Amino acid sequence: MPIEVDGTIYDTDEEGYLLDFNVWSREITLKMAESDSCELTDSHWEVIHFLREYYEEYQIAPAIRILTKAVGRKLGKEKGNSKYLYQLYPEGPAKQACRYAGLPKPTGCV
Amino acid sequence: MTEKIDFDVPEIPARIEDPGVQPHASSHLKPYRAQHQHQEALGFPGELVDGWQEKAIDKLGELTGKYRSLQVFMDSCMKCGACTDKCHYYLGTGDPNNMPVARQDLLRNVYRRYYTLPGKLFPKLVGAVDLTEDVLDQWYTYFHQCSQCRRCSVFCPVGIDTSEVSMAAREILDTVGTGQKYVNEVIGKVHRLGNNLGLPEPALADTLEGLEEDIEEEIGVPVRLPLDQAGADILLVTPSADFFAEPHVDGLIGYAKVFHQAGLSWTLSSHASEAANFGLFIGSYDNMQQVAKRIRQAALDLGVKRIVFGECGHAWRVAYNFLSTLTGPLEFLDTAFPSPQHVVEVTHNLLQSGRLQVDPSANDDKRVTYHDSCNVARGSGMGDIPGGQMLLPRQVINAVCNNFFEMPANTTGDATFCCGGGGGLLTDELIELRVKGALPRMQALQTVDKAHDITHMVAICAICKSQFAKVLPYYGFQMDQILSLHQLVGDALVWKVNEV
Repeated sequence: MPIEVDGTIYDTDEEGYLLDFNVWSREITLKMAESDSCELTDSHWEVIHFLREYYEEYQIAPAIRILTKAVGRKLGKEKGNSKYLYQLYPEGPAKQACRYAGLPKPTGCV
Repeated sequence: MTEKIDFDVPEIPARIEDPGVQPHASSHLKPYRAQHQHQEALGFPGELVDGWQEKAIDKLGELTGKYRSLQVFMDSCMKCGACTDKCHYYLGTGDPNNMPVARQDLLRNVYRRYYTLPGKLFPKLVGAVDLTEDVLDQWYTYFHQCSQCRRCSVFCPVGIDTSEVSMAAREILDTVGTGQKYVNEVIGKVHRLGNNLGLPEPALADTLEGLEEDIEEEIGVPVRLPLDQAGADILLVTPSADFFAEPHVDGLIGYAKVFHQAGLSWTLSSHASEAANFGLFIGSYDNMQQVAKRIRQAALDLGVKRIVFGECGHAWRVAYNFLSTLTGPLEFLDTAFPSPQHVVEVTHNLLQSGRLQVDPSANDDKRVTYHDSCNVARGSGMGDIPGGQMLLPRQVINAVCNNFFEMPANTTGDATFCCGGGGGLLTDELIELRVKGALPRMQALQTVDKAHDITHMVAICAICKSQFAKVLPYYGFQMDQILSLHQLVGDALVWKVNEV
């Protein structure tokens, strides 16, 4: 199910993850969130930006501990936990947030 | 639960019972098919091959010739019906093709047609069927609705193991070019990067450093998680989910604390940064061997004397039964530890010999039960004593936690129910199957919960942990009610100032 934004079509896998990390744009995320009826707040974007930064450096999504620590640093310690992340992203930070951030889906026993 | 659900979650029944046959109830559930790149990375054709029918039949003949067990399983079913209500996927879906005998028959009927005289001469009389595209499609569907947990085989009077039948069927499917994406993509990542996640060495190193900081912050002790440390005594091979996910990571922290307090010298390896071996799930000896060889190589390169496996069910099944058969001899290991050990065995020994200081009251906020992972319970052993794989984890839990309660006996030990996500089915497009397949375990959990007010269920398998974290909320439990066994252990360790 490719995503169309402003007349350009972006390829995704079966579950809507972008096939190419580099084609990502804010507008693509907005489009994904719109089809999920998810309203994106600044907190959602903090997670998305961190995921992109981390992936650019390491070519993999961050482990949950790394993500929660980063969120805690940026949004306040009380939010640096996976419960908060699941409030933001009910399908799971590793899955929904990665998709919004243009990362591939984490694989394996997770 | 705010995630969208487009199927009916079953009500938890008062007891586990046959739901009644509902034909085709799960015929729409199938995993994504592997694409060219996933197939070819494993040495399989990228798409359904020309002449697939003949090739599949030949492969079936090759496999029954190579694996005597498979031949016996094909020939020996007497349709007694003992297995029919033993599979969690049948109990959860009611689809008759999820009765183990029916699942086996999908392959057996084709075997009869091409490899038995009555089937060749009078196919209709003996239920033999031609291998058509419909049959191939049914194989794809229902051999991906078997988690290879072997519960049915415990109740089969002649010991037919549907797990091996499903492995053979998947091997045939891969051979003709129609494999499953989730498993094959993961195996490709292990071949390329050493683990299921595709975690490169710099990310692993960064993750471990972060965990060391967390532990020191928590307990004030500089516990290390060494990576690629040549000359260490122990190589710990653990599922990569332990680096990445919750509650797995709390188990990893627990192993590190145990090793630290016992003064054991250990290391992780970036070359063998995965315990899991999905090659088992697709019955591919070649892929299983290739994955396993990374462990021997890492052990040799690092010069370790022992190999210890972390909390991963099927990894332990492979390691316990035939690691050195796959990898070649592990003759360089310490003669006191000539074959791989499970981390539960290590902790158990340390507790018995008084080398760990524990205070079980540290876990007094928890009332726990224990889920026997299928591959550990029915596919392995521990501690060189009969049933040790059931006993040792329980003895460790009892040593570190005052409130332990069993689920009903017909759902534990070698009669344990699969979590619903094993055998290569832990993929989101199968969520309906996973939720329904978890029903028997949820029933057992609810039973012990009602009697004893359980706060947590403990497991020693990465798949079980991820599966439960995902499906518990569908049944009114919380995702964080599933714990790693070694989290309990780690939390109960007492640290003295002079150990710092």
